[in-house]
Amino acid sequence: MHNYTITELSNALRAKKVSSTELTQLFLARIDKYDKILNSFITVTPSLALEQAKRADLQYQNGSAGSLTGIPFAHKDIFCTAGIKTSCASKMLANFVAPYDATLVSRLNQAGTVLLGKTNMDEFAMGSSNENSFYGAVKNPWDISRVPGGSSGGSSAAVAARLTPAATGTDTGGSIRQPAALCNLTGLKPTYGRVSRYGLIAFASSLDQAGPMTQTAEDAALLMNVMAGFDEKDSTSIDQPVPNYMLTLNDSIAGLKIGLPKEYFSEDLDPKVAATIQSAIKLYEKLGAKISSVSLPNCHLVIPLYYIIASAECSSNLARYDGVRYGYRCSNPTDLKDLYERTRGEGFGDEVKRRLLMGTYVLSADSYDAYYAKAQKIRALLIEEFKQAFQKVDILLGPTTPTTAFKLGEKINDPVSMYLSDIYTIAINLAGLPAISIPAGFVEGLPLGMQLIGSPFTEEKLLNAAHRYQQETDWHKKIPEKFNL
Amino acid sequence: MTSAEHKKSMYNNELESSEKLTNTWESVIGLEVHVQLSTQSKLFSGAATAYGAEPNTQACAVDLALPGVLPVLNAEAVNMAIKFGLSIQANIPHYSIFARKNYFYPDLPKGYQISQHENPIIGPGHLTIALENGEQKTIRITRAHLEEDAGKSLHEGFENMSGIDLNRAGTPLLEIVSEPDLTSPKEAVVYLKTLHTLVRYLDISDGNLQEGSFRCDANVSVRRTNQKQLGKRVEIKNLNSFRFIEKAIQYEIDRQIGILEMGGSINQETRLYDTDKQETRPMRSKEDAKDYRYFTDPDLCPVVINADFIEKIKQTLPELPQKKHVRFQTDYKLNAYDASLLTSVRELADYFEEVVKEKVPAKLAVNWIMGELAAALNKSNLSILESPINAKRLAGLLQRIADHTISSTIAKDVFEELWLSNKNSDEIIQEKNLQQVTDQSTILKIIDEILKKYPEQLADYKAGKDKLFGFFVGQVMKASGGKINPQQLNNLLKEKLDH
Repeated sequence: MHNYTITELSNALRAKKVSSTELTQLFLARIDKYDKILNSFITVTPSLALEQAKRADLQYQNGSAGSLTGIPFAHKDIFCTAGIKTSCASKMLANFVAPYDATLVSRLNQAGTVLLGKTNMDEFAMGSSNENSFYGAVKNPWDISRVPGGSSGGSSAAVAARLTPAATGTDTGGSIRQPAALCNLTGLKPTYGRVSRYGLIAFASSLDQAGPMTQTAEDAALLMNVMAGFDEKDSTSIDQPVPNYMLTLNDSIAGLKIGLPKEYFSEDLDPKVAATIQSAIKLYEKLGAKISSVSLPNCHLVIPLYYIIASAECSSNLARYDGVRYGYRCSNPTDLKDLYERTRGEGFGDEVKRRLLMGTYVLSADSYDAYYAKAQKIRALLIEEFKQAFQKVDILLGPTTPTTAFKLGEKINDPVSMYLSDIYTIAINLAGLPAISIPAGFVEGLPLGMQLIGSPFTEEKLLNAAHRYQQETDWHKKIPEKFNL
Repeated sequence: MTSAEHKKSMYNNELESSEKLTNTWESVIGLEVHVQLSTQSKLFSGAATAYGAEPNTQACAVDLALPGVLPVLNAEAVNMAIKFGLSIQANIPHYSIFARKNYFYPDLPKGYQISQHENPIIGPGHLTIALENGEQKTIRITRAHLEEDAGKSLHEGFENMSGIDLNRAGTPLLEIVSEPDLTSPKEAVVYLKTLHTLVRYLDISDGNLQEGSFRCDANVSVRRTNQKQLGKRVEIKNLNSFRFIEKAIQYEIDRQIGILEMGGSINQETRLYDTDKQETRPMRSKEDAKDYRYFTDPDLCPVVINADFIEKIKQTLPELPQKKHVRFQTDYKLNAYDASLLTSVRELADYFEEVVKEKVPAKLAVNWIMGELAAALNKSNLSILESPINAKRLAGLLQRIADHTISSTIAKDVFEELWLSNKNSDEIIQEKNLQQVTDQSTILKIIDEILKKYPEQLADYKAGKDKLFGFFVGQVMKASGGKINPQQLNNLLKEKLDH
């Protein structure tokens, strides 16, 4: 049953073929067995899980269970969970136990999910390989010499190896979609403002968005029904009704207008990657979609744009980690300056420090206009470009990543090449759009993802298109053999 | 001070030497006032704002800047800011944004202060002040913006360490920035007092200076009277009493003139006023000025204010001090001085009007409110709202003076009784039998008794010692327990003696 989707597990629970306690024990045992290899969890919470499972089983007995009741689950360690260590994979927060639940966590708790534990990630969600973790790198279950992607690499590895049926992730520049692509999962980054950020430890506030990492689009829809919605504690969440995403999954996509951004299919694109995406496009045509080409002329600017805006915001967001109130504090500070310098010098990893320096620089008085102010203008242009593209088409389609999973250590000393692995995902965050990555095939034995991008609040349409594709293909059902025992 | 004029003038202090000889100095002052808004909860969190609680008991997850928390704007603070904007005839922009002001300090939990930088909630407006010579002067207000306060660092009582109290962190402030339109320390204080009265009238701040609800930074520069360009300015930080503000500015003006007259130049810097030594001393110079790396706070949406909303708030505005000041002079025939005393505090003006409503002559009411009552309140350190004698009870006393039931002297005793008990004046007058004696035969009887008692003095008076008249008045008054109407006594006594 370890390879069941949430929907299948939910049916099994309802049919009393299995109890939540049994399922929880099963997945806890798998974590115990496999996570020594993968390192996908920072914290495992067996006693809490079994307690929640017991409660779920009671609900099945008294008939009050919902569709997520008793489903084992995992949260990226960026979400605050009351009474449980919430480290953000940083030495800075290695001793931090959150006194409150993130809104998304309490929504899922209320829906009855069972928390197996908190998953590994790049420190403060900064990274594309999950190598920037205080708790060590995570390995890709498809090839343990390779990265699972990042920053939600713990969640992607854990779901890919079926150590949990699904998990949450966060996506600031591709951190849900890129690891989903590299690990053969479905990963949805919702519209900015669709899911509350309250309790999500901020990296870049104007870009961060939480979403589900699942085996199927159907499971993503099921989770979005609970995760999405206005939260008065998050001023940037948007008060717009949440549709039942399950209801439109099977709608016909005949006549769906799919645009292919020509910048996503340039000559630089690996031909094997291009061929895989092309066959997916063919399938969509077969399903009745109308394919056309669109252009996003400023797309080539997204990497510098992103690293200006995201770094600027994080340099301010991470200022609170000063050793004064909680978290890491250097030993025996001699004065205030020493406290700040050593606490932050010792508490943050290299990639975090790199971005804090960049962000501080671009916001400083002498460089503000040349970098930050200009970046905001280009961001507005980019949003406009997407708007125009969506006047012609319903959704956009392209590769999620330029390559399949790369080797551990391959790019860690070359930040620019690492940053380029997010070239197709970053623009979507800058424009605040929803996008989903779904398995599209394999290149040399490694999974490859395809990205569907929508205009704001069209998650229904994306899930519908993804689900229809998954009805016709079985890429998403493939599980790395070593972990399918 | 953010005013453009001051910025432009940074490097302009060089003067022609001939001018130095022929011109006197004038000072240019601009003020930044931090008014703590009297909202129930903080600017971006639900924690309470009350003053004086145990350290860190009024700081929630948002105030502590725990990982993952987000700010939510307090709508009441926006209402209050707009109230203020309307009262100074300010332009209220349609659109206003919050920015982060980044700097590290232990009592600044997030490592940044949420403030407003480029798009403040209140645009340019003005405040008219009444100068000592009776003239009026309009002071331009550059802007007013909302921001959160920091916590407090406590440096006493912790061995080799500092304590941090975050109760104040996140408390809403309205920073009101004036143009450099003030020309003397006295003017600066008049402006501040006018502003202080205004925010109390609007009921947007308790204005408590001791508790820091009304604090001021002053930007001071000097220039020759015929010089157009402004001199280099010095900012004096965190002044929180009207007296110190006046002294600090005067000290700073004298210091700057002293330097310039010696041929020196002014260092553009921030200085602190030392209240013990009564001098300003350098805090940091322009070169060490911090780069706050302002940028729009991505956790907060722009505040959009439409005309309907402004109109709604306009309806809630009380009568403003200047209008009330004029009305008191016309409605109650008060002189400007009395009117300004009464209207300086809204509650005092209300109290006065309540007394007058009970058919008490206005002048009598002013004299008692600003005299006996004010002195008693002062002595007990009470505000008018805390007065043990409410307006109705004071009016009851003043009515008895007005209808000559009691004399003013007796009234003072009744006042004391009113202060200490819950009785009303009539009860006190009755119980203690304090009504004025007006029956002529009773008064004459007492006069006869006294004249009999002091035959020598009577003889002396008759022999021409006129001064003894007062002696007889005093003795008769004393014998009556002070209850005789003094005028009536005078008349009757005169008649008797000169008979």
